[in-house]
Amino acid sequence: MILSVLSSFALVSGLMVVRAKNPVHSVLFFILVFCNTSGLLILLGLDFFAMIFLVVYIGAIAVLFLFVVMMFNIQIAEIHEEVLRYLPVSGIIGLIFWWEMFFILDNETIPLLPTHRNTTSLRYMVYAEKVQSWTNLETLGNLLYTHYFVWFLVSSLILLVAMIGAIVLTMHRTTRVKRQDIFRKNALDSRRIIMKEDGRDLSRREAYIYNEYISFGSPRVSGFETSGGA
Amino acid sequence: MIIDTTEVQTINSFSTSGFFKEVYGLIWIIPILTLILEITIGVLVIVWLEREISAAIQQRIGPEYAGPLGILQAIADGTKLLLKEDLLPSRGDIRLFSVGPSIAVISVLLSYLVIPFGYRLVLADLGIGVFLWIAISSIAPIGLLMSGYGSNNKYSFSGGLRAAAQSISYEIPLTLCVLSISLTCDSSSTVDIVEAQSKYGFWGWNLWRQPIGFLVFLISSLAECERLPFDLPEAEEELVAGYQTEYSGIKYALFYLASYLNLLVSSLFVTVLYLGGWNFSIPYIPIPELFRINQMAGIFGMTIDIFITLAKAYLFLFISITTRWTLPRMRIDQLLNLGWKFLLPISLGNLLLTTSSQLVSL
Repeated sequence: MILSVLSSFALVSGLMVVRAKNPVHSVLFFILVFCNTSGLLILLGLDFFAMIFLVVYIGAIAVLFLFVVMMFNIQIAEIHEEVLRYLPVSGIIGLIFWWEMFFILDNETIPLLPTHRNTTSLRYMVYAEKVQSWTNLETLGNLLYTHYFVWFLVSSLILLVAMIGAIVLTMHRTTRVKRQDIFRKNALDSRRIIMKEDGRDLSRREAYIYNEYISFGSPRVSGFETSGGA
Repeated sequence: MIIDTTEVQTINSFSTSGFFKEVYGLIWIIPILTLILEITIGVLVIVWLEREISAAIQQRIGPEYAGPLGILQAIADGTKLLLKEDLLPSRGDIRLFSVGPSIAVISVLLSYLVIPFGYRLVLADLGIGVFLWIAISSIAPIGLLMSGYGSNNKYSFSGGLRAAAQSISYEIPLTLCVLSISLTCDSSSTVDIVEAQSKYGFWGWNLWRQPIGFLVFLISSLAECERLPFDLPEAEEELVAGYQTEYSGIKYALFYLASYLNLLVSSLFVTVLYLGGWNFSIPYIPIPELFRINQMAGIFGMTIDIFITLAKAYLFLFISITTRWTLPRMRIDQLLNLGWKFLLPISLGNLLLTTSSQLVSL
């Protein structure tokens, strides 16, 4: 029963990915497809892969899709769009896909019509796992890092290429960028950076008045004469 | 039929909590309901704890009007939020708006399946144990994005994006620390991890075997729970209330609940992964063994186990509540910097150290 529920939800969500008007809804139905597929994997006994689906597909890929779709101002498709103009080519591709699926699926093990449900069926025991039960993770590690390690290394190289590509695409010009150094700015002394018109540096009094102008707008302390007048 | 047997087998292997192995029917719902009750009471206690500890830090008296010593404060808060008007933004996406908080709560509640309170006091002793928590906590950013987007508010949207970015950034150091623990304890099952820490009492904790991992795990789990100092998504000054701005009433209560539930589950995971779980960690004292005369009826033993787990979890709760009220908030770029450029290399280095020490020990 759970199998039927999960499969039907996955199929309906897949359909809604294509048919939703709002692209954000589309991506959310996409997430639903992955959730249901994860449930199907659990039913198959592949618990580790189900969790990997959740982590990688939903937690990383779907979040990435959501970021992109939410931040771009994609216009919501019109309600009365003409769907029928896609029918010839999509119909042919769909029929080819169905035909291939029926080639692969074996009709004896998957009954298409639920005619007679046998409720007193024997549970089949996998005796091998009573002797030594390996978890999914152990099985995967046992094969992936020993017999098929080349494919593992190749996939890590592909990920490296993707990472370098992302960095290259988004890297700013780092050579001649002006940046602020806060500590240096705080250590600046107006006496050393300001030069008067005739090439002299500021005297101590003038530096003090300059600082007053900077901080308060006018020299506050009376009794100090400016150079312009009383 | 093969499909039926697979289902029954899978469901059985998912619910092997000791006592109920041979009982079918609806009785499996009782441990689940018990856990939900415990969690709810736990959240009420944490809300009260937070008020009291923050009051102590700020040198004032905490809640004192709702019940003696303010114990019923959380219930008063919950009732207030229940009775408030449930506002919906007029041009926001109402379905996404309504579903967002639920996804955040559901993903946190599902993580309680694998926490052991005792040897047989776990809802689901899965082979992939801790990894279930990692996987399901990856769904939480989806709920935050939905809430932020559906609110029809620039600031909520920005807060939602930041919250999701923060969540996915700190998942990776978290996962790598958990991976190091799994390597150390040869198993991902939480019960196995606690059992691996049971031999030398206090000195058998994973805290001593993975000190760097402990610190990275603390910081990352604080960031995942969106507690201060990683509070930017709910920042009161910058973003009004981030992705929670437009929420009122029971939906806001769901976010509130999700935040404290997340804190509780993180502290329980710190206990299980690093502090030895339910083991009575003072070495050479055989007190628990005196009461485990009969495994099936060791009720006192089970109570002690639960009590020890909660006491150890309280340590992390205290640390996180104290941190919230002492440290200032980090900016989003500092936060993401810390996650990607500091914690990720450190946790990778921790993983390398762990794997090399495993090689040496083998």
